[in-house]
Amino acid sequence: MTMRWFYYAAPQTFYGLAGRLWPWLAAIALALTMAGLWVGFGLAPTDAQQGEGYRIIFVHVPASWMSMVIYLSMAFWSVLGLTFNTRLSGMMTRALAPTGAMFAFLSLWTGALWGKPMWGAWWVWDARLTSELILFFLYLGYMALTSAIDDVRRADRAGALIAIVGAINVPIIYFSVKWWNTLHQGASVSLTRSPSMAQLMLWGMLLMALAMWAYTLAIVCYRVRTLIIERERHTDWVQALPEVAGVKA
Amino acid sequence: MNAFFTLVARDLRLAYRRKAEVLSALFFFVVVAALFPLAIGPEAAMLRQIGPGVLWVGALLASILSLPRLFENDWRDGSLEHLMLSPHPLGLLVLGKICSHWLVSGLPLVALAPVLGLQFDLPLDVLGMLSLSLLLGTPVLSCIGAMGAALTLGVRGGGVLIALLVLPLFVPVLVFGAGAVQAMQSGLGAQAHVSILLAMLLPAVFFSPWACSAALRIALE
Amino acid sequence: MRWETWSDFWFMGGYGLYVWGSMGMTALLLLLEIWQARVAHMNALALARTEHSLEQT
Repeated sequence: MTMRWFYYAAPQTFYGLAGRLWPWLAAIALALTMAGLWVGFGLAPTDAQQGEGYRIIFVHVPASWMSMVIYLSMAFWSVLGLTFNTRLSGMMTRALAPTGAMFAFLSLWTGALWGKPMWGAWWVWDARLTSELILFFLYLGYMALTSAIDDVRRADRAGALIAIVGAINVPIIYFSVKWWNTLHQGASVSLTRSPSMAQLMLWGMLLMALAMWAYTLAIVCYRVRTLIIERERHTDWVQALPEVAGVKA
Repeated sequence: MNAFFTLVARDLRLAYRRKAEVLSALFFFVVVAALFPLAIGPEAAMLRQIGPGVLWVGALLASILSLPRLFENDWRDGSLEHLMLSPHPLGLLVLGKICSHWLVSGLPLVALAPVLGLQFDLPLDVLGMLSLSLLLGTPVLSCIGAMGAALTLGVRGGGVLIALLVLPLFVPVLVFGAGAVQAMQSGLGAQAHVSILLAMLLPAVFFSPWACSAALRIALE
Repeated sequence: MRWETWSDFWFMGGYGLYVWGSMGMTALLLLLEIWQARVAHMNALALARTEHSLEQT
Protein backbone atom coordinates (compact mmCIF):
# COMPACT_ATOMS: atom_id res chain seq x y z
CA MET A 1 0.00 0.00 0.00
CA THR A 2 2.80 2.39 0.94
CA MET A 3 4.69 1.48 -2.22
CA ARG A 4 1.68 2.58 -4.23
CA TRP A 5 1.64 6.02 -2.56
CA PHE A 6 5.33 6.56 -3.08
CA TYR A 7 4.96 5.51 -6.68
CA TYR A 8 2.73 8.50 -7.30
CA ALA A 9 5.03 10.73 -5.29
CA ALA A 10 7.40 10.81 -8.23
CA PRO A 11 6.71 13.81 -10.45
CA GLN A 12 6.86 11.70 -13.58
CA THR A 13 4.09 9.34 -12.54
CA PHE A 14 2.00 12.05 -10.94
CA TYR A 15 2.16 14.05 -14.14
CA GLY A 16 0.43 11.25 -16.00
CA LEU A 17 -2.11 10.65 -13.27
CA ALA A 18 -3.00 14.32 -12.94
CA GLY A 19 -3.25 14.59 -16.69
CA ARG A 20 -5.86 11.87 -16.81
CA LEU A 21 -7.75 13.16 -13.78
CA TRP A 22 -8.22 16.85 -14.31
CA PRO A 23 -10.55 16.76 -17.31
CA TRP A 24 -12.90 14.45 -15.44
CA LEU A 25 -12.76 16.57 -12.32
CA ALA A 26 -13.47 19.68 -14.37
CA ALA A 27 -16.46 18.01 -16.00
CA ILE A 28 -17.78 16.90 -12.61
CA ALA A 29 -17.28 20.41 -11.28
CA LEU A 30 -19.23 21.87 -14.16
CA ALA A 31 -22.07 19.39 -13.77
CA LEU A 32 -22.28 19.96 -10.02
CA THR A 33 -22.22 23.72 -10.52
CA MET A 34 -25.11 23.60 -12.91
CA ALA A 35 -27.03 21.28 -10.61
CA GLY A 36 -26.30 23.48 -7.62
CA LEU A 37 -27.31 26.66 -9.38
CA TRP A 38 -30.46 24.99 -10.66
CA VAL A 39 -31.45 23.93 -7.16
CA GLY A 40 -30.35 27.18 -5.60
CA PHE A 41 -31.91 29.59 -8.02
CA GLY A 42 -34.54 27.49 -9.67
CA LEU A 43 -36.00 25.36 -6.94
CA ALA A 44 -35.10 26.71 -3.49
CA PRO A 45 -37.88 28.81 -1.93
CA THR A 46 -37.75 32.44 -0.89
CA ASP A 47 -36.55 32.98 2.65
CA ALA A 48 -39.08 34.34 5.14
CA GLN A 49 -36.73 36.95 6.62
CA GLN A 50 -34.12 37.58 3.97
CA GLY A 51 -36.18 37.36 0.81
CA GLU A 52 -34.14 36.52 -2.24
CA GLY A 53 -30.98 38.03 -0.81
CA TYR A 54 -30.10 34.86 1.09
CA ARG A 55 -29.16 33.14 -2.17
CA ILE A 56 -25.66 34.51 -1.77
CA ILE A 57 -25.29 31.60 0.63
CA PHE A 58 -24.85 29.31 -2.36
CA VAL A 59 -21.43 30.76 -3.05
CA HIS A 60 -20.56 32.31 0.30
CA VAL A 61 -20.63 29.22 2.50
CA PRO A 62 -18.95 26.87 0.00
CA ALA A 63 -16.20 29.44 -0.60
CA SER A 64 -15.62 29.80 3.15
CA TRP A 65 -15.47 26.06 3.61
CA MET A 66 -13.03 25.68 0.74
CA SER A 67 -10.77 28.44 2.04
CA MET A 68 -10.39 26.51 5.28
CA VAL A 69 -10.18 23.04 3.75
CA ILE A 70 -7.51 24.19 1.32
CA TYR A 71 -5.44 25.72 4.09
CA LEU A 72 -5.59 22.48 6.05
CA SER A 73 -4.59 20.58 2.92
CA MET A 74 -1.63 22.90 2.51
CA ALA A 75 -0.61 22.16 6.08
CA PHE A 76 -1.05 18.44 5.46
CA TRP A 77 1.15 18.44 2.35
CA SER A 78 3.65 20.61 4.18
CA VAL A 79 3.99 18.13 7.01
CA LEU A 80 4.39 15.34 4.47
CA GLY A 81 6.95 17.32 2.53
CA LEU A 82 9.10 18.19 5.52
CA THR A 83 8.91 14.62 6.82
CA PHE A 84 9.60 12.70 3.62
CA ASN A 85 11.43 15.41 1.73
CA THR A 86 9.38 14.81 -1.41
CA ARG A 87 9.45 17.44 -4.13
CA LEU A 88 5.82 16.87 -5.05
CA SER A 89 4.52 17.96 -1.64
CA GLY A 90 5.95 21.43 -2.11
CA MET A 91 4.37 21.63 -5.54
CA MET A 92 0.97 20.57 -4.19
CA THR A 93 1.11 23.23 -1.49
CA ARG A 94 2.12 25.90 -3.98
CA ALA A 95 -0.62 24.83 -6.36
CA LEU A 96 -3.25 25.00 -3.63
CA ALA A 97 -2.38 28.44 -2.29
CA PRO A 98 -3.74 30.76 -5.02
CA THR A 99 -7.07 28.93 -5.10
CA GLY A 100 -7.32 29.06 -1.33
CA ALA A 101 -6.56 32.76 -1.33
CA MET A 102 -9.19 33.30 -4.01
CA PHE A 103 -11.83 31.48 -1.98
CA ALA A 104 -10.91 33.41 1.13
CA PHE A 105 -11.30 36.66 -0.80
CA LEU A 106 -14.63 35.48 -2.22
CA SER A 107 -15.79 34.57 1.25
CA LEU A 108 -15.06 38.10 2.41
CA TRP A 109 -16.49 39.74 -0.70
CA THR A 110 -19.73 37.76 -0.80
CA GLY A 111 -19.99 38.11 2.96
CA ALA A 112 -19.82 41.87 2.65
CA LEU A 113 -22.46 41.86 -0.07
CA TRP A 114 -24.65 39.70 2.14
CA GLY A 115 -24.01 41.78 5.21
CA LYS A 116 -24.89 45.11 3.68
CA PRO A 117 -28.58 44.40 3.00
CA MET A 118 -29.02 42.19 6.06
CA TRP A 119 -27.06 43.94 8.79
CA GLY A 120 -26.74 47.33 7.19
CA ALA A 121 -22.96 47.20 7.24
CA TRP A 122 -20.36 46.11 4.68
CA TRP A 123 -18.12 44.88 7.48
CA VAL A 124 -18.42 43.98 11.14
CA TRP A 125 -15.74 42.71 13.48
CA ASP A 126 -17.49 39.42 13.99
CA ALA A 127 -15.21 36.56 15.07
CA ARG A 128 -15.68 34.66 11.84
CA LEU A 129 -15.18 37.60 9.52
CA THR A 130 -12.06 38.70 11.33
CA SER A 131 -10.59 35.20 11.37
CA GLU A 132 -11.34 34.79 7.68
CA LEU A 133 -9.61 38.10 6.99
CA ILE A 134 -6.54 36.88 8.85
CA LEU A 135 -6.70 33.57 6.99
CA PHE A 136 -6.56 35.60 3.79
CA PHE A 137 -3.45 37.35 5.11
CA LEU A 138 -1.91 33.99 5.96
CA TYR A 139 -2.41 32.90 2.37
CA LEU A 140 -0.83 36.11 1.11
CA GLY A 141 2.09 35.64 3.48
CA TYR A 142 2.72 32.13 2.18
CA MET A 143 2.61 33.29 -1.43
CA ALA A 144 4.84 36.27 -0.73
CA LEU A 145 7.42 34.13 1.05
CA THR A 146 7.59 31.42 -1.60
CA SER A 147 7.88 33.91 -4.42
CA ALA A 148 10.54 35.98 -2.65
CA ILE A 149 12.98 33.09 -2.19
CA ASP A 150 14.86 32.26 -5.36
CA ASP A 151 15.97 28.74 -4.53
CA VAL A 152 12.94 26.58 -5.21
CA ARG A 153 13.64 23.88 -2.65
CA ARG A 154 14.33 26.39 0.09
CA ALA A 155 11.21 28.30 -0.86
CA ASP A 156 9.12 25.14 -0.68
CA ARG A 157 10.44 24.22 2.76
CA ALA A 158 10.15 27.72 4.16
CA GLY A 159 6.59 27.92 2.85
CA ALA A 160 5.84 24.53 4.39
CA LEU A 161 6.96 25.75 7.79
CA ILE A 162 4.91 28.91 7.64
CA ALA A 163 1.88 26.96 6.41
CA ILE A 164 2.14 24.59 9.36
CA VAL A 165 2.61 27.34 11.92
CA GLY A 166 -0.27 29.26 10.40
CA ALA A 167 -2.52 26.22 10.53
CA ILE A 168 -1.82 25.76 14.23
CA ASN A 169 -2.64 29.39 14.74
CA VAL A 170 -5.98 29.46 12.94
CA PRO A 171 -8.00 28.00 15.84
CA ILE A 172 -6.10 30.23 18.27
CA ILE A 173 -6.86 33.28 16.18
CA TYR A 174 -10.50 32.30 15.93
CA PHE A 175 -10.78 31.76 19.67
CA SER A 176 -9.02 34.97 20.56
CA VAL A 177 -11.13 37.04 18.19
CA LYS A 178 -14.30 35.40 19.51
CA TRP A 179 -13.23 36.33 23.02
CA TRP A 180 -12.46 39.85 21.96
CA ASN A 181 -15.71 40.13 20.12
CA THR A 182 -17.96 38.84 22.90
CA LEU A 183 -16.28 41.08 25.42
CA HIS A 184 -16.89 44.12 23.25
CA GLN A 185 -20.45 43.51 22.19
CA GLY A 186 -20.39 43.66 18.44
CA ALA A 187 -22.62 42.15 15.81
CA SER A 188 -26.22 41.73 16.74
CA VAL A 189 -26.95 39.12 14.15
CA SER A 190 -25.16 35.82 14.02
CA LEU A 191 -23.96 34.51 10.71
CA THR A 192 -25.02 30.96 11.41
CA ARG A 193 -28.21 29.82 9.89
CA SER A 194 -30.52 27.75 12.02
CA PRO A 195 -29.96 24.02 11.49
CA SER A 196 -33.53 23.58 10.34
CA MET A 197 -32.73 25.01 6.92
CA ALA A 198 -35.11 24.29 4.11
CA GLN A 199 -34.07 21.03 2.43
CA LEU A 200 -33.59 22.59 -0.96
CA MET A 201 -31.44 25.39 0.42
CA LEU A 202 -29.21 22.84 2.10
CA TRP A 203 -28.99 20.77 -1.05
CA GLY A 204 -28.10 23.78 -3.14
CA MET A 205 -25.35 24.67 -0.75
CA LEU A 206 -23.94 21.15 -0.62
CA LEU A 207 -23.99 20.79 -4.39
CA MET A 208 -22.11 24.07 -4.78
CA ALA A 209 -19.62 23.02 -2.10
CA LEU A 210 -18.94 19.73 -3.88
CA ALA A 211 -18.64 21.65 -7.15
CA MET A 212 -16.01 23.94 -5.68
CA TRP A 213 -14.19 20.94 -4.27
CA ALA A 214 -14.10 19.23 -7.64
CA TYR A 215 -13.01 22.49 -9.24
CA THR A 216 -10.19 22.87 -6.71
CA LEU A 217 -8.96 19.33 -7.34
CA ALA A 218 -9.07 19.92 -11.07
CA ILE A 219 -7.19 23.19 -11.01
CA VAL A 220 -4.62 21.88 -8.54
CA CYS A 221 -3.92 18.86 -10.74
CA TYR A 222 -3.51 21.19 -13.69
CA ARG A 223 -1.24 23.58 -11.80
CA VAL A 224 0.96 20.81 -10.43
CA ARG A 225 1.51 19.62 -14.00
CA THR A 226 2.62 23.14 -14.89
CA LEU A 227 5.00 23.21 -11.91
CA ILE A 228 6.38 19.79 -12.82
CA ILE A 229 7.16 20.94 -16.34
CA GLU A 230 8.78 24.12 -15.05
CA ARG A 231 10.93 22.37 -12.51
CA GLU A 232 11.75 19.16 -14.30
CA ARG A 233 12.15 20.52 -17.80
CA HIS A 234 15.78 19.45 -17.96
CA THR A 235 14.94 15.80 -17.48
CA ASP A 236 14.73 13.30 -20.30
CA TRP A 237 11.18 12.29 -19.63
CA VAL A 238 9.90 15.87 -19.89
CA GLN A 239 11.85 16.47 -23.06
CA ALA A 240 10.34 13.31 -24.47
CA LEU A 241 6.76 14.40 -23.76
CA PRO A 242 4.72 14.86 -26.92
CA GLU A 243 3.65 18.38 -25.92
CA VAL A 244 7.31 19.39 -25.61
CA ALA A 245 9.10 17.40 -28.29
CA GLY A 246 6.25 17.04 -30.73
CA VAL A 247 6.26 20.62 -31.99
CA LYS A 248 7.69 20.69 -35.45
CA ALA A 249 10.38 23.32 -35.96
CA MET B 1 23.66 25.98 29.83
CA ASN B 2 26.93 27.79 29.88
CA ALA B 3 26.68 28.21 26.14
CA PHE B 4 23.30 29.86 26.60
CA PHE B 5 24.63 32.53 28.95
CA THR B 6 27.76 33.09 26.93
CA LEU B 7 25.68 33.68 23.83
CA VAL B 8 23.31 36.06 25.59
CA ALA B 9 26.21 38.00 27.06
CA ARG B 10 27.89 38.21 23.66
CA ASP B 11 24.72 39.44 21.99
CA LEU B 12 24.17 42.05 24.68
CA ARG B 13 27.71 43.28 24.24
CA LEU B 14 27.25 43.49 20.47
CA ALA B 15 23.95 45.32 20.85
CA TYR B 16 25.65 47.78 23.18
CA ARG B 17 28.18 48.50 20.47
CA ARG B 18 25.44 49.05 17.90
CA LYS B 19 23.21 51.19 20.04
CA ALA B 20 21.79 53.11 17.12
CA GLU B 21 19.90 50.11 15.72
CA VAL B 22 18.28 49.33 19.04
CA LEU B 23 17.45 52.91 19.87
CA SER B 24 15.88 53.63 16.52
CA ALA B 25 13.21 50.97 17.07
CA LEU B 26 12.44 52.44 20.48
CA PHE B 27 12.33 55.90 19.01
CA PHE B 28 9.86 54.59 16.47
CA PHE B 29 7.64 53.44 19.33
CA VAL B 30 7.73 56.88 20.90
CA VAL B 31 6.96 58.62 17.63
CA VAL B 32 4.06 56.33 16.73
CA ALA B 33 2.51 56.84 20.14
CA ALA B 34 2.71 60.59 19.58
CA LEU B 35 1.27 60.43 16.07
CA PHE B 36 -2.13 59.17 17.10
CA PRO B 37 -3.17 62.05 19.35
CA LEU B 38 -1.89 64.39 16.66
CA ALA B 39 -4.04 62.71 14.05
CA ILE B 40 -7.15 62.03 16.06
CA GLY B 41 -7.30 65.01 18.41
CA PRO B 42 -6.35 65.74 22.00
CA GLU B 43 -9.67 65.08 23.69
CA ALA B 44 -8.78 63.26 26.90
CA ALA B 45 -11.71 60.88 27.11
CA MET B 46 -11.08 59.57 23.64
CA LEU B 47 -7.34 59.28 24.19
CA ARG B 48 -7.97 57.22 27.28
CA GLN B 49 -10.11 54.90 25.20
CA ILE B 50 -7.64 54.40 22.37
CA GLY B 51 -4.52 54.56 24.52
CA PRO B 52 -4.10 50.86 25.34
CA GLY B 53 -4.68 49.81 21.75
CA VAL B 54 -2.39 52.43 20.28
CA LEU B 55 0.41 51.62 22.68
CA TRP B 56 0.09 47.91 22.09
CA VAL B 57 0.10 48.33 18.31
CA GLY B 58 3.09 50.66 18.57
CA ALA B 59 4.98 48.11 20.65
CA LEU B 60 4.06 45.41 18.14
CA LEU B 61 5.31 47.41 15.18
CA ALA B 62 8.49 48.38 17.00
CA SER B 63 9.07 44.67 17.69
CA ILE B 64 8.68 43.86 14.04
CA LEU B 65 11.16 46.58 13.13
CA SER B 66 13.82 44.97 15.27
CA LEU B 67 13.29 41.43 13.95
CA PRO B 68 15.52 41.42 10.86
CA ARG B 69 18.43 42.17 13.13
CA LEU B 70 17.92 38.97 15.08
CA PHE B 71 19.85 36.65 12.81
CA GLU B 72 21.02 38.89 10.00
CA ASN B 73 24.27 40.20 11.43
CA ASP B 74 25.42 36.80 12.54
CA TRP B 75 24.46 35.32 9.22
CA ARG B 76 26.43 37.92 7.29
CA ASP B 77 29.69 37.42 9.11
CA GLY B 78 29.38 33.64 9.21
CA SER B 79 29.02 33.21 12.95
CA LEU B 80 25.53 31.82 12.50
CA GLU B 81 26.93 28.87 10.59
CA HIS B 82 29.46 28.34 13.34
CA LEU B 83 26.68 28.32 15.89
CA MET B 84 24.80 25.77 13.86
CA LEU B 85 27.83 23.53 13.52
CA SER B 86 28.70 23.70 17.19
CA PRO B 87 28.07 20.68 19.44
CA HIS B 88 25.55 22.60 21.50
CA PRO B 89 21.88 21.96 20.76
CA LEU B 90 20.76 24.55 18.22
CA GLY B 91 17.47 25.02 20.04
CA LEU B 92 19.30 26.20 23.15
CA LEU B 93 21.41 28.64 21.15
CA VAL B 94 18.36 29.97 19.34
CA LEU B 95 16.64 30.45 22.67
CA GLY B 96 19.67 32.44 23.75
CA LYS B 97 19.40 34.69 20.73
CA ILE B 98 15.67 35.19 21.26
CA CYS B 99 16.35 35.99 24.90
CA SER B 100 18.97 38.60 24.15
CA HIS B 101 16.75 40.07 21.44
CA TRP B 102 13.93 40.45 23.92
CA LEU B 103 16.20 41.98 26.55
CA VAL B 104 17.38 44.55 24.07
CA SER B 105 14.20 45.22 22.06
CA GLY B 106 11.25 44.02 24.14
CA LEU B 107 12.09 44.94 27.70
CA PRO B 108 12.73 48.62 26.89
CA LEU B 109 9.24 48.76 25.38
CA VAL B 110 7.84 47.46 28.67
CA ALA B 111 9.67 50.27 30.49
CA LEU B 112 8.79 52.98 27.98
CA ALA B 113 5.10 52.17 27.62
CA PRO B 114 3.88 53.52 30.98
CA VAL B 115 5.71 56.77 30.33
CA LEU B 116 3.98 57.09 26.97
CA GLY B 117 0.75 56.02 28.63
CA LEU B 118 0.81 59.26 30.58
CA GLN B 119 0.31 61.05 27.26
CA PHE B 120 -2.98 59.23 26.99
CA ASP B 121 -4.11 60.21 30.46
CA LEU B 122 -4.21 56.62 31.66
CA PRO B 123 -4.44 56.08 35.43
CA LEU B 124 -1.69 54.38 37.38
CA ASP B 125 -3.25 50.95 37.76
CA VAL B 126 -3.98 50.82 34.05
CA LEU B 127 -0.37 51.74 33.34
CA GLY B 128 0.66 48.91 35.60
CA MET B 129 -1.44 46.45 33.64
CA LEU B 130 -0.04 47.87 30.43
CA SER B 131 3.46 47.03 31.59
CA LEU B 132 2.46 43.61 32.81
CA SER B 133 0.69 42.70 29.60
CA LEU B 134 3.66 43.88 27.55
CA LEU B 135 6.01 42.03 29.87
CA LEU B 136 4.15 38.81 29.15
CA GLY B 137 3.38 39.58 25.52
CA THR B 138 6.65 40.90 24.08
CA PRO B 139 8.55 37.63 24.70
CA VAL B 140 5.85 35.84 22.70
CA LEU B 141 6.31 38.40 19.93
CA SER B 142 10.05 37.77 19.99
CA CYS B 143 9.52 34.01 19.84
CA ILE B 144 7.09 34.11 16.92
CA GLY B 145 9.01 36.88 15.18
CA ALA B 146 12.26 34.96 15.43
CA MET B 147 10.75 32.25 13.29
CA GLY B 148 9.76 34.80 10.69
CA ALA B 149 13.25 36.26 10.79
CA ALA B 150 14.83 32.84 10.35
CA LEU B 151 12.64 31.98 7.37
CA THR B 152 13.40 35.22 5.56
CA LEU B 153 17.17 35.29 6.08
CA GLY B 154 18.78 37.02 3.14
CA VAL B 155 15.55 37.26 1.21
CA ARG B 156 14.63 40.34 -0.79
CA GLY B 157 12.06 42.64 0.75
CA GLY B 158 13.05 41.35 4.20
CA GLY B 159 11.45 43.74 6.66
CA VAL B 160 8.06 44.05 5.01
CA LEU B 161 7.97 40.34 4.25
CA ILE B 162 8.57 39.52 7.91
CA ALA B 163 5.74 41.86 8.87
CA LEU B 164 3.37 40.19 6.41
CA LEU B 165 4.29 36.75 7.68
CA VAL B 166 4.25 37.47 11.34
CA LEU B 167 1.44 40.00 11.87
CA PRO B 168 -1.41 37.50 11.45
CA LEU B 169 0.28 35.29 14.01
CA PHE B 170 0.61 38.23 16.42
CA VAL B 171 -3.11 38.85 16.49
CA PRO B 172 -3.95 36.62 19.51
CA VAL B 173 -1.22 38.28 21.56
CA LEU B 174 -2.50 41.71 20.59
CA VAL B 175 -6.10 40.82 21.35
CA PHE B 176 -5.37 39.54 24.83
CA GLY B 177 -2.61 42.03 25.62
CA ALA B 178 -4.57 45.13 24.73
CA GLY B 179 -7.68 43.44 26.05
CA ALA B 180 -6.08 43.04 29.46
CA VAL B 181 -5.42 46.75 29.66
CA GLN B 182 -8.91 47.63 28.53
CA ALA B 183 -10.41 45.19 31.01
CA MET B 184 -8.45 46.90 33.76
CA GLN B 185 -9.69 50.23 32.50
CA SER B 186 -13.32 49.24 32.57
CA GLY B 187 -12.97 47.72 36.00
CA LEU B 188 -13.78 44.20 34.86
CA GLY B 189 -10.49 42.74 36.05
CA ALA B 190 -7.85 41.31 33.76
CA GLN B 191 -7.31 37.97 35.46
CA ALA B 192 -8.47 35.91 32.52
CA HIS B 193 -6.48 37.90 29.98
CA VAL B 194 -3.30 37.60 32.00
CA SER B 195 -3.80 33.87 32.39
CA ILE B 196 -4.18 33.49 28.68
CA LEU B 197 -1.11 35.59 27.99
CA LEU B 198 0.80 33.26 30.27
CA ALA B 199 -0.76 30.30 28.51
CA MET B 200 0.60 31.67 25.25
CA LEU B 201 3.99 32.53 26.66
CA LEU B 202 4.91 29.08 27.91
CA PRO B 203 4.30 27.12 24.70
CA ALA B 204 5.88 29.92 22.66
CA VAL B 205 9.10 29.74 24.66
CA PHE B 206 8.99 25.97 24.47
CA PHE B 207 8.23 25.46 20.79
CA SER B 208 9.74 28.41 19.03
CA PRO B 209 13.42 27.38 19.46
CA TRP B 210 12.48 24.14 17.76
CA ALA B 211 10.62 25.87 14.93
CA CYS B 212 13.40 28.44 14.55
CA SER B 213 16.08 25.75 14.34
CA ALA B 214 14.10 24.08 11.58
CA ALA B 215 13.72 27.42 9.83
CA LEU B 216 17.45 28.19 10.15
CA ARG B 217 18.36 24.81 8.73
CA ILE B 218 16.02 25.43 5.82
CA ALA B 219 17.53 28.85 5.25
CA LEU B 220 21.14 27.88 5.51
CA GLU B 221 21.69 24.55 3.87
CA MET C 1 -40.03 27.75 -12.30
CA ARG C 2 -39.72 30.26 -9.48
CA TRP C 3 -39.39 33.32 -11.62
CA GLU C 4 -42.19 34.73 -13.69
CA THR C 5 -40.01 36.70 -16.05
CA TRP C 6 -36.33 37.27 -16.75
CA SER C 7 -36.49 40.74 -15.26
CA ASP C 8 -37.83 39.20 -12.05
CA PHE C 9 -34.80 36.96 -12.03
CA TRP C 10 -32.36 39.83 -12.43
CA PHE C 11 -34.23 41.96 -9.90
CA MET C 12 -33.97 39.14 -7.34
CA GLY C 13 -36.59 40.62 -5.02
CA GLY C 14 -34.65 43.86 -4.71
CA TYR C 15 -31.39 42.18 -3.83
CA GLY C 16 -30.15 42.05 -7.39
CA LEU C 17 -27.06 44.15 -6.78
CA TYR C 18 -25.89 41.99 -3.91
CA VAL C 19 -26.73 38.59 -5.31
CA TRP C 20 -25.37 39.27 -8.77
CA GLY C 21 -22.44 41.19 -7.34
CA SER C 22 -21.53 38.01 -5.50
CA MET C 23 -22.22 35.55 -8.28
CA GLY C 24 -20.51 37.83 -10.77
CA MET C 25 -17.33 38.19 -8.74
CA THR C 26 -17.26 34.44 -8.19
CA ALA C 27 -17.60 33.73 -11.89
CA LEU C 28 -15.05 36.40 -12.74
CA LEU C 29 -12.41 35.09 -10.34
CA LEU C 30 -12.93 31.48 -11.37
CA LEU C 31 -12.55 32.37 -15.04
CA LEU C 32 -9.50 34.51 -14.32
CA GLU C 33 -7.94 31.69 -12.37
CA ILE C 34 -8.56 29.17 -15.12
CA TRP C 35 -7.18 31.55 -17.73
CA GLN C 36 -4.12 32.32 -15.63
CA ALA C 37 -3.48 28.59 -15.07
CA ARG C 38 -3.66 27.99 -18.80
CA VAL C 39 -1.29 30.85 -19.62
CA ALA C 40 1.18 29.60 -17.02
CA HIS C 41 1.01 26.12 -18.50
CA MET C 42 1.63 27.39 -22.03
CA ASN C 43 4.59 29.40 -20.79
CA ALA C 44 6.02 26.37 -19.02
CA LEU C 45 5.70 24.30 -22.18
CA ALA C 46 7.37 27.05 -24.21
CA LEU C 47 10.18 27.17 -21.69
CA ALA C 48 10.61 23.41 -21.87
CA ARG C 49 10.68 23.59 -25.67
CA THR C 50 13.52 26.10 -25.66
CA GLU C 51 15.47 23.60 -23.56
CA HIS C 52 14.61 21.04 -26.16
CA SER C 53 15.86 23.13 -29.05
CA LEU C 54 18.98 24.05 -27.13
CA GLU C 55 19.66 20.39 -26.68
CA GLN C 56 19.14 19.68 -30.36
CA THR C 57 21.78 22.17 -31.45
